[in-house]
Amino acid sequence: MNRWLPFEWITAVRFLREGRLQTLFIVVGIAIGVAVIVFMSAMLAGLEANFIKRVLTSQPQIQLLAPDQVARPLRQARGEVEDAIVQRPSQRVISIDQWPKIRDQMLAIPEVTAVSPTIVGSVLAIRGDASRAVTLSGIEPESYFKIVKVPDYVVAGEPRLSSEDVIIGIELANNLGATVGDKLNIQVASGANRVLTITGLVDFGNKGANQRTAYAALRTAQSLLGMIGGVTTIDMTVQDIYAAETIAQRIQAANAVEADSWIKTNAQFFTAVRAQETSNTLIRVFVALSVAFGIAAVLIVSVIQRSKDIGILRAMGTSQGQVLRVFLLQGGLLGFVGSLFGAALGATALIYWHAVARQADGSELFPLVLERRLFILTALLATATGLLAATAPAVRAAKLDPVVAIRG
Amino acid sequence: MADEILRLENVCKAYNVGLPTETEVLHDIDLSLNHGEFLALMGPSGSGKSTLLNIVGLLDRPTSGRLIIKGQDTAALGDADVTHLRGHTIGFVFQYHLLISAFTAKENVMMPMLADRGFPSAEIEARAGRLLAQVGLQKFADNLANNMSGGQQQRVAVARALAMSPDLVLADEPTGNLDTKSADSVFELMREVNRDSGNSFLLVTHNLDLARRCDRIIEVVDGRIRS
Repeated sequence: MNRWLPFEWITAVRFLREGRLQTLFIVVGIAIGVAVIVFMSAMLAGLEANFIKRVLTSQPQIQLLAPDQVARPLRQARGEVEDAIVQRPSQRVISIDQWPKIRDQMLAIPEVTAVSPTIVGSVLAIRGDASRAVTLSGIEPESYFKIVKVPDYVVAGEPRLSSEDVIIGIELANNLGATVGDKLNIQVASGANRVLTITGLVDFGNKGANQRTAYAALRTAQSLLGMIGGVTTIDMTVQDIYAAETIAQRIQAANAVEADSWIKTNAQFFTAVRAQETSNTLIRVFVALSVAFGIAAVLIVSVIQRSKDIGILRAMGTSQGQVLRVFLLQGGLLGFVGSLFGAALGATALIYWHAVARQADGSELFPLVLERRLFILTALLATATGLLAATAPAVRAAKLDPVVAIRG
Repeated sequence: MADEILRLENVCKAYNVGLPTETEVLHDIDLSLNHGEFLALMGPSGSGKSTLLNIVGLLDRPTSGRLIIKGQDTAALGDADVTHLRGHTIGFVFQYHLLISAFTAKENVMMPMLADRGFPSAEIEARAGRLLAQVGLQKFADNLANNMSGGQQQRVAVARALAMSPDLVLADEPTGNLDTKSADSVFELMREVNRDSGNSFLLVTHNLDLARRCDRIIEVVDGRIRS
């Protein structure tokens, strides 16, 4: 007997050791349950992080726009409205009023991590006989690249934007037969044009985006689009991506701007992410429940099998509390040991699946992240589940009438 | 009175109290046991001997009457106090050995001390060794309970009952499941312990020969003490 182990611990371990086969089966059951939880959690978290990274590194999390222009009916007197059809006016591309002040206000918000003013307009990209309608974004590279990771998507050239440079989507480059170093004539509807040099080609992994995207320096775009000193959007990132919508609503309420969060502009994607999270949680809960019921069932059988032992223990002066702890400990130990094997099994399955499952382009389906936190949390959860599952059998054992127990 | 270890006054025990099936199995039992006395409790099956032993052993509570152990009335004691009194004052030997099969002979003897102190110690281990030597089973100290004969298991049970140096040992037909030779040997062991250590013994038995070798015989018939 180990001198540093208490009575309850020694008895619990001996009871588990004596019922070897029973213990082995329930530990395997717990291990499988824990492995499923570890595998699913790590894989789905990786997949989700991958999806979110792809979405959120190619677009701002919050975008501030000039408010819609609206026509107001004439009011004749208080409470009276003129009976007239009010048509919605056409929306001219206009600058956000006093944008430097708004930008500074945004930078002062603690949750905001980056702010970048941008001007966006439709232009024609012309090279020789070929021309394509594209969306030209005039950006300040230093701040904008913190929000949209353009450098990560550059597949040729470099993410450099001086006043004479342009970065375009790879599909657009293919359509125009252009590559890095070539000149591109950018023309706007008003007839103004400017010749820019292609410094980089980007691939966002989306054909539509690759056909339409063009980046130029902010001042170059402002001059081309005839809006000197103006910006059409202020792009932002925040610390907590899931708080983006709440922050956007707060900004809109306090400023004369329209604030769109990624949650609003990607409603379907966000719903899919949330649905996946919910189904993942549900699966984890049900697996944990089945593990808990497994432990409880084994321990209830054990209490019945050991009723004479419990009777003897009680007769020799063991308290109800000690008997309770002996069975609670068995549940906790089963959960803990099962979680260790389960974590190892889940990690092995995860490493194997990460190596086997690939995307169409051969890149990894999900990043392999084996966080220590996940394993510690799972072990704690399994131990707590074991303890919780053991409560009913332990109470039953503690309340066993020693006379009845000894008689069997 | 001062030398009494146990006193029962008008003890009654009924089951299903208040129900139409209420049955009284013990009626107005008066009994006392002195320090160092070896008492035999006899009676036919179903006469209430085991119920009486369970009440004396604080495993069961009387419906009415007083149970006084070492001068302390047990009626007002809560479960924790009863458990403590039982652990420190009473040792049990059951008919079917009832050792805990997950433990060795020595560990079984250590269990009452372990439950009381919380942690094993060299002192507990040494005492268990001495008790096993006293019952002649030192060689079997590391044997699991199931790997011993009935007589050997019962000797271990006697050693375990003595682990906490109890004032009173209750033995419920300890020789009932043994052959004559083993039964005699276990009885002699208990008698020897009684003589050497001065523990009181309350022995339930059907064996008249053994009962005659006790200090006193009490007969229970239909829930009443006859002699």
